Amino acid sequence: MNAVNNVMGFPLLSLITWLPMAGVLILLTIRGDEKTVATNARWTALWTSLIVMVISLIIWVRFDRADAGFQFVEDVPWLAHYKVGYKMGVDGISVLFVLLSTVLTPLCILASWESIQTKVREFMISFLILETMMVGMFCALDFVVFYMFFEAVLIPMYLIIGIWGGPRRVYAAVKFFLFTLTGSVLMLLALLAMWLHAGTTDIPTLMHTSFPPGMQKWLFLAFFASFAVKVPMWPMHTWLPDAHVEAPTAGSVILAGVLLKMGAYGFARFSIPMLPDASAYFAPFIFTLSVVAVIYTSLVALAQEDMKKLIAYSSVAHMGVVTIGLFTFNEEGIQGGLFMMLSHGVVSAALFLIVGVIYDRIHTREIARYGGLADRMPCYAFAFMLFAMASVGLPGTAGFVGEFLVIVGAFKVNFWLAMLGGAGMILGAAYTLYLYRRVMFGRITRDDLRGIMDLSAREWAVFAPLIVLTMWMGVYPSSFTGFWDASVAAMVKQHTAALAESVKLAGVLH
Amino acid sequence: MIYSLAIFAPLAGALVSGLLGKTIGDRAAMAASVLGMLVAAVCGPLAFFRLTSGHEEATAFFIADWLQSGHLHVSWALRYDTLSAAMVGMVSFVAMLIHVYSIGYMSHDATRWRFFSYLSLFTFAMLMLVTADNLLQLFFGWEGVGLCSYLLIGYWYDRPSACAAAMKAFIVNRVADLPFAVGLALIYLTFGSIEFDTIFPSAFRHVNDHYHLFGAELRSMEVIGFLLFIGAMGKSAQLFLHVWLPDAMEGPTPVSALIHAATMVTAGVFLMARMSPVMEYAPYALGFVTIVGASTALFAATVGCVQNDIKRVIAYSTCSQLGYMFVAAGVGAYQASVFHLITHAFFKALLFMAAGSVIHAMSDEQDIRKMGGLGKLIPITCAVMWIGNLALAGIPPLAGSYSKDAIISAAYAAHSTPGTYAFVCTVLAAGLTAFYSWRLLFMTFHGNSRADHHVLSHVHESPWVMVGPLCVLALGALFAGWLGHNAFIGEGQKEFWEDAIFNAQWNHAIENLEHVPAWVEHIPLVVALAGIGLAYYMYMVNKLLPIKLAERFGGVYRFLLNKWYFDELYDAIFVRPLICASRVLWRTGDTAIIDGIPNGLAALTTGSSRQIVKLQTGSLAIYAFAMLIGVVSLIGLFMICR
Repeated sequence: MNAVNNVMGFPLLSLITWLPMAGVLILLTIRGDEKTVATNARWTALWTSLIVMVISLIIWVRFDRADAGFQFVEDVPWLAHYKVGYKMGVDGISVLFVLLSTVLTPLCILASWESIQTKVREFMISFLILETMMVGMFCALDFVVFYMFFEAVLIPMYLIIGIWGGPRRVYAAVKFFLFTLTGSVLMLLALLAMWLHAGTTDIPTLMHTSFPPGMQKWLFLAFFASFAVKVPMWPMHTWLPDAHVEAPTAGSVILAGVLLKMGAYGFARFSIPMLPDASAYFAPFIFTLSVVAVIYTSLVALAQEDMKKLIAYSSVAHMGVVTIGLFTFNEEGIQGGLFMMLSHGVVSAALFLIVGVIYDRIHTREIARYGGLADRMPCYAFAFMLFAMASVGLPGTAGFVGEFLVIVGAFKVNFWLAMLGGAGMILGAAYTLYLYRRVMFGRITRDDLRGIMDLSAREWAVFAPLIVLTMWMGVYPSSFTGFWDASVAAMVKQHTAALAESVKLAGVLH
Repeated sequence: MIYSLAIFAPLAGALVSGLLGKTIGDRAAMAASVLGMLVAAVCGPLAFFRLTSGHEEATAFFIADWLQSGHLHVSWALRYDTLSAAMVGMVSFVAMLIHVYSIGYMSHDATRWRFFSYLSLFTFAMLMLVTADNLLQLFFGWEGVGLCSYLLIGYWYDRPSACAAAMKAFIVNRVADLPFAVGLALIYLTFGSIEFDTIFPSAFRHVNDHYHLFGAELRSMEVIGFLLFIGAMGKSAQLFLHVWLPDAMEGPTPVSALIHAATMVTAGVFLMARMSPVMEYAPYALGFVTIVGASTALFAATVGCVQNDIKRVIAYSTCSQLGYMFVAAGVGAYQASVFHLITHAFFKALLFMAAGSVIHAMSDEQDIRKMGGLGKLIPITCAVMWIGNLALAGIPPLAGSYSKDAIISAAYAAHSTPGTYAFVCTVLAAGLTAFYSWRLLFMTFHGNSRADHHVLSHVHESPWVMVGPLCVLALGALFAGWLGHNAFIGEGQKEFWEDAIFNAQWNHAIENLEHVPAWVEHIPLVVALAGIGLAYYMYMVNKLLPIKLAERFGGVYRFLLNKWYFDELYDAIFVRPLICASRVLWRTGDTAIIDGIPNGLAALTTGSSRQIVKLQTGSLAIYAFAMLIGVVSLIGLFMICR
C-alpha cells in the first residue's frame, strides 16, 4: 500500500526472512572431516538464528501498537501483469508469530546440539530453510507468496521427520505430507477463484473485497480443508501424534510451536476477514468440531502410554479452544484465541523440550519406563511442573489468559459452548497431572534412572527464556495483547459491518 | 504500606527458600521463609487493627494492569477493607504459627527447603485471594492455593497414596472451578466488568436482568449465585465435592492444619461473604447454599463418629464446620459465617497441630484404636486438645460457643424452609460433634493404653518449637470468641464491617440473632453436653457397647465407615467410565476409524496396482490371445448390434 508505513525505509521483514538462507550458504561451504563439519555447522546455525532473532526484536520495539493496519510493508512488483506482487508486512495479528518463530528456532538448534549426531550439517540446513519459510509465511501480504511459503514449509519438515526421526519415521513423514498437502490443493483452487473474482492476490485488498455469499461458502470450505488439517481439527488430527512421536525433539518443538499455528492463523487472516458471511454461517459447525476436539482428544490423551503422543493429543485439545475463540467474532474470544496460540506455542514447545531432556538420557518415551525422577532431578522437576501448570491453564502462567478470554468470548455466544469448551480445564488437569505423577513421582525402581543427571547448563539456556516468557505472559499479558488490540478491534468491527451489510442486501432482495 | 508488606513478604520467603534452598541449605531456607512469615504476622494484624480503630480508610492499592481485552480491564490491586484485612490478619498470624511449628515437626525431613517454600507460597496465594480487588485476581489466588495444596498433599511423592490424593484434590477442585470461571464470564456479561468497585454499587440495577438457560429465562443474579457457589463447594469441600478433603490428610500435618482447616478450605465461605452484594439478590441460590451447607454439616458429622484415623476425624469435623459457615451465609448472616471462619481457624488449626504432636509422640501412628492413656505422658498436648475440643463443641465461654451458636440461632431466625432444615441439621450435628470429639479425646488420652510398649517407651512431649504455637492457638481458642463477638456479630458490627459486607434492607439476619427464644439459645449447649455424656458412657464406662452396636447395626456402621460410599460411587459413575471411554476413543475412534480411512485408501491403491501389474506378464502369446479375444468380441458385438 504505502511505503510510508515502513518506518525503517529498509526491507526489515525480507531481511529476517531471507537471512537464514545466507546461513545455509555458509553451511554449504564448510569443509573438513565429519566432526569439524558438525561442530561448525552447529555454531553457524546457532549464530545465524541468534542474529535473526536479535534483528527481529527491532520489530517488537518499533511496531506501532495503535495502528491497526499493516506495518513494515515492502511492495516489489513481481508478476505485474497478473497483479501478483512480492509484498511483505505485519499487523497486530501476525507480528508476534514472526517473533515466536525467530525465538523458537535458536532454542531448537540449541536443543539438538547433542541429540542430532548424524548429518548434522544437513539437519541445520533444513532447520534454517524451515525458519525462512515460517517467517515468510507470517509476513506474506500477497496470497501467492503466502501460498508458496505455506506449502514450502512442508518440505524441510518432511525431511526433518523422515531423516532424523524415529523408527516409523517414513510412515509418519509421508502421512504428514499427504494429509497437509491434500487440503492445500483445495486452497489453491480457492486462491484461483478469488484471483479471478477480485483480479488481484493482494491480501489487504482481498480483505476489503466482498465476495458473494454463495461463493463465500465454497471458498470457506476450500480454506477449511487446508487450515483444519493444519490446526489440526478433529477428525483430521491423526497425522499429528504420529508426526510428533517420530520427529526429533526440535522437529516436534517447531511443529507444535509454530506449524500448528499456521492453520489457525489462516482462519484469522483469510477465512474470517475475507469471508464474513460464510464464517458466521459455518461457525456452529466449527464450534461442534472444536468441542469434540477438546473433549475427545483430552480423553484420548488420558489413555496414552507415550509421552510425546500425550502432549500431541493435548495440543489438539488446546487448538480446539483456539478455534472456538476465533469463531466467536468478539474481541475477547479472538484475542483469547490468539493468546492461546501464542501461549501454546511457548508452552507445548517447552513440554516437548522437557520430554526431549529425558529422551536424550534414557532413549525411550514410554511413560511406564520412568518414575521417581523428582528425587534425582529437582531442577527438571521444577521446570516440568511450571510448564505442566501453564498447560493446565493456571492463573499467573501463560496458559490461563487465553483460556479465560476464550471462555468469556464463548460465553457471549452460548452458555454450553463455554462450559464444554472449558471442559479442557478439568480433563487437561487430569491427563497432565497423571503424566507428571507417573514420570516424576513415586520411587525410582530402575537402575538406569538412579544415575540420571539434572539439567545441564545448555539445557538451562534453553529453558530459561521459556520460563521467563511463560511467567511474563501470565503476569503481564498486556505487553502481548497490546500488539493486537487495535487490529482485533478493527477486525471485529469489519466483521460486524459486513454481516450487517449482507443482512441489508438480503432485505432488499426479498 | 505495611499491608503490602504483609502480602509480599511470604512470597519473598517462598522465592528465596524455593529457588536458592538447595544452594543455601535447609537452615537458611527455613530462616528466610519463617522470617518472611514473621514480617507478615506483624504487619497483617497491625493493618487490621489500624483499619478497625479508624486510623486508616478502607481503600484499594493499585499495583499494575493485568489484562486488557475488549472492554475487559483487570488490574492487580490489593483491597483493604474490614473483610480483607480481617482475613489477612488471621491468615498471616496462623500461618506464621504453623511455620514455626513445622520447624519442629519436619525436623527429620530431607528436603525442608522445599516444604517451607511451598508453605510460604501457599500463604502468599491465600493472601492474594483474600485481598483481591476483582474476581480474576481472586481466581488467581483461588487456583494458586489449589496448586500449593496439590504440591503439599503430594509432598511425600514417593508414597502412591499421597500422589493419588494430591491429584484427586486438584481435579475435584477443577471440576468446581469451571462453573466458577463461567460464572465470572456471566458477571462480566451482566456488569461489563469484574472489578468489585464496579459490580457492588451497580448490583441492584441488574436485579431484573435475565439470562436464557435450560430453555428458560432465568434471573442473571440467580445463575451467578449458583455458579459461584458451585466453585465454593469444590474449594470448601461441601457435600458431593467433599471427597478430596479426607484424602488430603496424606499431606504432612502442618499442611492439614494450615490449608485443610484454617485457610484454604474457608475460601468458599470468604467468596460468599465477599460477593454478598450479589448473593443478596439471589434468594434461590442462597436457599441452595443453606441446604447444601446444612446437609454437609450433618453428613460429615455422622461420618466423623466412626473414623479411626485421628486426622480423618478432624478432617470430617472441618467439613462439617464449613457446612455451618455456609448455613450462616445462606440465611444472610455473612458476618456470623466470617466470625465462625476466624474462630474455627484458631481451634481447628490447634486440633490438627495437637494431633500432629500426638502422631509425633507415637512414632507416626495415626490409628486411635492403638492409642489410649496418653494424657499423662504428653500433658500439654492433652490440655490444648481439650481446649480445642471444648471450643469446637461450643462450650461457653470458649470461641465456638459464640460463633457456632450464632449460626444455629440465625438458621432458626430465618423462618424459611431451608432455614428450618438447617436449624435441625445443625443442632443434630452439634450433638454429634461433641460426641466424636470426646470419643477422640477418650480413646487417645484416657483409659488404658492399647499401644505396644515399644512405641509407648518412646512417647515424649514435643519440643517447645511445636508446643509454643499450640499454646498461642489455645489462647485464641479460649478468647477469640469473647473478644470478637461484639464487633463481628454484636452491636458494633455495623461500624466494624462498614461496607465490606452488604445486607439488603429486607435482611435482618444479624439483628434477629439476638431475638430468638431462650430454648433456641440453650439447645446447642444441651445437645453438646449430651454428646459428651454419651461419649463418656460408651468409651469410658461401657466399653463393649460400641462393638456391640457396630455388630448389631452392621449395615449402618459400614455405611458410615465407608463415608456413605461416595468414593465407590464416583469411581463407578465417573472415573471408570471415563477411563474406559478414553481407551475406546483411542483404539477404536482414532486408530481403527479415523486412521483406518486414509490407511485403507492407501492400501487399496497399492493393492489394486499390485493386481493390475500381474496382467503384464511380458508373454507375447498371452498378449496375442487377449487381442484375439478382444477382436472376436468386438466383431461379435458389431454383428449383434447391427
